[in-house]
Amino acid sequence: MSDITSQSLFELTSNIKEKKLSSEEITKAFINRAEKSKKLNVYVTDNFEKAIDQSKKFDSNPNLDFKLPGIPIAVKDLFCTNGVRTTAGSKILNNFVPTYESTVTQNLWSQGAILLGKLNCDEFAMGSSNETSFFGNVQNPVGENLVPGGSSGGSSAAVAANLTPVTIGTDTGGSIRQPASFTGTVGLKPTYGSCSRYGIVAFASSLDQAGPMTKNVRDCSMLLEVISSFDQKDSTSIDYKRNYYSKELSKDIKGKKIGIPKEYRVDNMPDEIEQLWKNGISYAKDCGAEIIDISLPHTNYALPAYYIVAPAEASSNLARYDGVKYGFRSPGQNLIEMYEKTRSEGFGDEVKRRIMIGTYVLSSGYYDAYYLKAQKVRQLIKKDFDDAFSKVDAILTPSTPSSAFKIGEKTNDPVSMYLNDIFTVPINLAGLPGISIPAGKDKNNYPLGLQVIGKPFDEQNILNISYALEDKINFKNDISDWWLSE
Amino acid sequence: MSKNSEYLIDRENKQYEVIIGLEVHAQVTSESKLFSQSSTKFGAEPNTQVSLVDAAFPGMLPVINEFCIEQAIKTGIGLKAKINKKSVFDRKNYFYADLPQGYQISQYKYPIVGEGKVILDMPNGQKEIGIERLHLEQDAGKSIHDIDPNNTLVDLNRSGVALMEIVSKPELRSPDEVNVYIKKLRSIMRYLGTCDGNMQEGSLRADVNVSVRLKGETEFGTRCEIKNVNSIKFMQMAIISEANRQIDLLEDGKEIDQETRLFDTKRNQTRSMRSKEDAHDYRYFPDPDLLPLEISQELIEKIKSDIPELPDEKKKRFIDKFNLSPYEATILVSDIETSNFFEEVIKNSDVKLATNWITGELFAVLNEKNLEISQSPVSAKNLSKLINLIKDGTISGKIAKTVFEQMIDGDQDPLIIVKEKGLKQESDPKAIEELINKVIENNSDKVAEYKSGKDKLFGFFVGQAMKESKGKGNPQLINKILKEKLNG
Repeated sequence: MSDITSQSLFELTSNIKEKKLSSEEITKAFINRAEKSKKLNVYVTDNFEKAIDQSKKFDSNPNLDFKLPGIPIAVKDLFCTNGVRTTAGSKILNNFVPTYESTVTQNLWSQGAILLGKLNCDEFAMGSSNETSFFGNVQNPVGENLVPGGSSGGSSAAVAANLTPVTIGTDTGGSIRQPASFTGTVGLKPTYGSCSRYGIVAFASSLDQAGPMTKNVRDCSMLLEVISSFDQKDSTSIDYKRNYYSKELSKDIKGKKIGIPKEYRVDNMPDEIEQLWKNGISYAKDCGAEIIDISLPHTNYALPAYYIVAPAEASSNLARYDGVKYGFRSPGQNLIEMYEKTRSEGFGDEVKRRIMIGTYVLSSGYYDAYYLKAQKVRQLIKKDFDDAFSKVDAILTPSTPSSAFKIGEKTNDPVSMYLNDIFTVPINLAGLPGISIPAGKDKNNYPLGLQVIGKPFDEQNILNISYALEDKINFKNDISDWWLSE
Repeated sequence: MSKNSEYLIDRENKQYEVIIGLEVHAQVTSESKLFSQSSTKFGAEPNTQVSLVDAAFPGMLPVINEFCIEQAIKTGIGLKAKINKKSVFDRKNYFYADLPQGYQISQYKYPIVGEGKVILDMPNGQKEIGIERLHLEQDAGKSIHDIDPNNTLVDLNRSGVALMEIVSKPELRSPDEVNVYIKKLRSIMRYLGTCDGNMQEGSLRADVNVSVRLKGETEFGTRCEIKNVNSIKFMQMAIISEANRQIDLLEDGKEIDQETRLFDTKRNQTRSMRSKEDAHDYRYFPDPDLLPLEISQELIEKIKSDIPELPDEKKKRFIDKFNLSPYEATILVSDIETSNFFEEVIKNSDVKLATNWITGELFAVLNEKNLEISQSPVSAKNLSKLINLIKDGTISGKIAKTVFEQMIDGDQDPLIIVKEKGLKQESDPKAIEELINKVIENNSDKVAEYKSGKDKLFGFFVGQAMKESKGKGNPQLINKILKEKLNG
């Protein structure tokens, strides 16, 4: 048996079910490794003591019918966890301990999983490098001083570094898929309405979705099966019949029509990305899929539309952090002064930048020119995909326009940072499911991902295509454990 | 309305007309709030009816309370308004300590209810006031400034309670019309059970828009909005004061600034709250946590079929069926409790007498004791018994008043009072004749005068006979026998 922490979710659950491993052994193995991995800075808050207690409790009377029997899992610190501090990577929630549990994490615990701790992320999930977190940078285990992507950077790093078997992130414009791509892991953003948003600190409500981040496609299907559920507490949750994603997982994609959108060949795209995409296409062909050239004509407008819609919603969603009810407060002589000091000191620069953009685009006199126009663009982007999906079953693109960059490289250039999301943002705007799988490496040996985009609620199909491609690609993340301390 | 009842404000040789539009905020009668399951009960300890949603905790999401939607539709039907099958909840963004989300969920461009109307019964006839729209929104919490000298305290019990904002067209023209309009709106909602209309508890408040113009002018003047006035009396005072302030400005050759004002009830004047330049930019946009609200025709039909008879229809029925005057009918239908009481009384008694007794004696007692008809000290059952005693001649109207006074004390049965006090009317002709003979004997001089042509003295004899009977003599009988004796 290989080292516990390097095992996949599938292997760990099998070993528990076959009684080859106990929950306690597994939990302690991950905790031990975490203790030696502080340099990566993946944890904002750990739950190690309670996790060991819970693993012992599980072992004393193990329910092996669970889908995640006694499996310890760390989650992004955007999910509210009952009794465990939840910060959203922000100073303004530095002391916030929820008295309630998000539906998605509750789904994990209801299937036997155990909370290991809360993972670092960009402040309020606003960022593509995990550099906006109040709790500091996260190191990408792929290479020192390399960003892990964002906003679910603590999550992607934790999975790649074998600090959690799987994790869940949230994806508003690429926050699951881009970090997955940067760390050589798998990340899936489900269809909008698949996973409940109840109890997830909101960034942009019409775009936010929780999703699985894992080492491989099979684990991804197992985790999606647990977290996707209809929830009456979220009015945008959709009641539809969800698949048994892991049971129905299949490499047989013969005859599937896969679209290649010409608009994703952006200017200055590195050759290695172009090559990666070509390889993906030929693997898909090898699997018996039919490749079809398609057009998504409004792709160019997706990023600007996104950077209007998301900040607009965020500016309103973040109004509740005002120092009155919970979280950080900086006292003032009067209400206005307290607001100003609390929010000036409590939020970081990127969050403030987006609140200002959002406030501006919603202002009277500008609303029609920005917000309303952006919503119209969004409809056109949706229509592009609808048209495309009348011809194809799925779409294949690169996940990101580049591999992981150095910490600090783009912090002073927000626009170049935003360009990271160019291939992922349209999928959020259209509410579609998208998955990033590791597909190759660049000249520095840093991982690169391919993205498979599906029709609404067609997660099974993109999982199957990814499963088939994964087999052909046979990606191996070579991570040297450079950060480990004794 | 006829010319002579126009409300105009005079200045030298000019006459100004006052244009009024109301935005009424009516609390929806509902057990729980618009987007959460917290209770809406009035008067609870501060911050005891607050859910995580109401206090805007991170990750909390609004879920629409379907009952409140039905209440709004019902009200819309009561206002003869168009129900919009698709409407949208928007966020109205502003910061305040008692607004936990930092925005109020309201409806902006697409309200649930469109144009409707309310009929006013004015002394000179009916007037129709157009309704612009009705939309649903959340109430804010309450800031309390006068408990702690250094801090403002916040009570979130009201945070998230459902309100209907009912916007009238600028078609009201006088404080009297405003009075009748508010009462009519309140009456309709109470009939429907969609708002209890309790102004003391803040269930009904209004923002009042006022502008003035010279009589005959067709363009509107610049308006000012007076925020959050919570009684009809204050609305009327605020309108008169604000209209005069605007007229004074115009007379001085000054301009009126469009602004939001507050009414200071102690000084009886409005003062500026914020100018147009300082107006909030609420940055309305559709709430992404809520899908557009879609209402099916089936639901509208179902609610329509449950609509009770409303004041206007009831009034018509009372006039047609019971032969009431429009004035009487208006009074009796103004409040559902009153009309229910009336219909209960007339189940077993005379309509004319019931109308007079309810609008006369009973209303006088309720007014004096400051009671609602639902708290009436005399039940409908006992009032109808009293009326029957009058009708069948057991007691006279005069004695009935004495009996009624006693009934008030613990809703006593009039039959028992009459029996115990021996108040039964004397209707035996023989007995009456006897006491009349006595009166004639004792007043032979007056009898002579009467017979010589002094007809007015007849009343004197009636009074004497009544006195002789200790008030119990049947007045019709006394009249009849007296006439026979004196004229015979």
